[in-house]
Amino acid sequence: MSWLVFALVFWIGAWALNASLANSRWRGTIGVRVLIPVLFGVTLIVLWEGFVRGLGVSPVILPAPSTVAGTFAASTDILWEDFRQTVLKGALSGFVIGALAAFATAILIDRSTFLTRGLLPIGNFVAALPIIGIAPILVNWFGFDWQSKAAVVVVMVFFPILVNTVQGLRETDAMQRDLMRTYAAGYLDTLIKLRLPAALPFIFNGLKIATTLALIGAIVAEYFGSPTRGMGFRISTGVGSLSIDLVWAEIAVAAMAGTAFYGLVAWMERRVTFWHPSHRRN
Amino acid sequence: MRNILPILAVLVALAVLWYAAVAPMNIRGALDVADRGGAEVIPAEPRDRFEQSAWRLMMANPDHIALGYSLDRPRLPTPVQVADELWNTTGEMALRGRAMSKRSLIYHGWITLQSTLWGFALGTVLGMAGAIAIVYSRVVDMSLMPWAIISQTVPIVALAPMIIVLSSQVGIEGRGVPKAIISAYLCYFPVLVGMVKGLRSPGAAQLDLLRTYSASGVQAFLKLRLPASMPYLFTSLKIGIAAALVGTIVGELPTGAISGLGARILIGDQFGTPLAIWAALFAAAILAGILVTLLDLMQRITLRRMGMQA
Repeated sequence: MSWLVFALVFWIGAWALNASLANSRWRGTIGVRVLIPVLFGVTLIVLWEGFVRGLGVSPVILPAPSTVAGTFAASTDILWEDFRQTVLKGALSGFVIGALAAFATAILIDRSTFLTRGLLPIGNFVAALPIIGIAPILVNWFGFDWQSKAAVVVVMVFFPILVNTVQGLRETDAMQRDLMRTYAAGYLDTLIKLRLPAALPFIFNGLKIATTLALIGAIVAEYFGSPTRGMGFRISTGVGSLSIDLVWAEIAVAAMAGTAFYGLVAWMERRVTFWHPSHRRN
Repeated sequence: MRNILPILAVLVALAVLWYAAVAPMNIRGALDVADRGGAEVIPAEPRDRFEQSAWRLMMANPDHIALGYSLDRPRLPTPVQVADELWNTTGEMALRGRAMSKRSLIYHGWITLQSTLWGFALGTVLGMAGAIAIVYSRVVDMSLMPWAIISQTVPIVALAPMIIVLSSQVGIEGRGVPKAIISAYLCYFPVLVGMVKGLRSPGAAQLDLLRTYSASGVQAFLKLRLPASMPYLFTSLKIGIAAALVGTIVGELPTGAISGLGARILIGDQFGTPLAIWAALFAAAILAGILVTLLDLMQRITLRRMGMQA
């Protein structure tokens, strides 16, 4: 009972602190802008811990964060092996292949207005489809190991990146293209010096969408058969064998991998498209 | 409408590619069937065939390529086979009055549609409530917004089996609720982001005008902010419903589901009936197309009635 009360008091206290911080003079500073969401996240974990302990929830149903952290620390070797299998081999290689393929296709079809007009609506439609369902077919074609996971990821990330790249390549206006022509720039020069840089914000938008899709694809494909390692494999067998704390540790790894992957792409975007208005400091 | 011709051309090109791919994909299966039927196959031993590439097998057995286009369990079915299977499990069953039979994709599509709509409703309400809180409260904005973004970088599929286990432990029967929660999780974010943008879209001049009318906060919300957010809302709803459908199908994929399009895919995988998987996939695609088109129609009608051309 005291745990429950402590969690609730902590919640109210943290909320009051956040409220006063958000309305204080320092609300624009970097420290406060980071501190407030961190405090919010910590509050959620404290509430979770307090409820699990206070209400005596069985660890088979919902383990407390402290239990999960303990399992995490005790099984880093398993988690690392699964991370390598799913994220590094499956998701990352699929992401790179899919992005390069989408990129090449976009540049090829961009030369023909006819193709662009035909492919853009279809690509937009396909990007909205539940492509994830193709996983069992590809696992059947490419076998159980990471190659089939990479194949699922390739198909999933291909269309969002393709559509965004094609759209980005059309971003330059007639004035800019005319300027390039007065410089006697050929197709390749115009592409590299004008149109690709102008397309970069769109390309990165596609890449950011694709980071999440890549992890989803790699994990779901493992539900349909995998060697005895991998995050999806561990999660589905962990649920079956009631080692729920290990499943939550895997989920924590998946969450951190997803956030780090997204953060990496977002960081690259800031470095590469620093000239874009959305990144300028006021 | 001037895009119709290019779209058709691309679709025809895709169909041709598909047909061309069927031959090498299915040559091994075709040769196995021909071998069992007593026909002469080069090489005759299945193990020797296993070691040769599909192209060499096709060169050696040109007569049996055609067989690959009519296999019962093809690695890659032809579009016509998929369309046949789709018709057999939807239209034909409906004509025979068994539209809601457990073998009909209409029944499974209905199960999926229900969860999708519940998840969509839940996600939309959550997203709109979150957006209103974010626009009106600085604390919520600063503490919730970063986590909303982080929540979308977390692969929900990792959580999906946990959500299903948790809800069954809490005593919720069936798959409906957990599936709806998963699709709400995927669906709320586009709505939240779109609504925040939309509710903030009225300029300072417009807000000031309402203040000179001495409009209350509620009135300013109902008469200015909410109408101004409608175009943003519909755009996000179209993304949201597609995401909700993906969520439902992901919720149906982990082991144990019996009904729903995702479960059909899973069962087709377990029983080795690729045609069932392909038919379920296309049914899901058609469902997504219908839902997005309906929302697009609603958007056009609403915006025209409000005097904003879409």
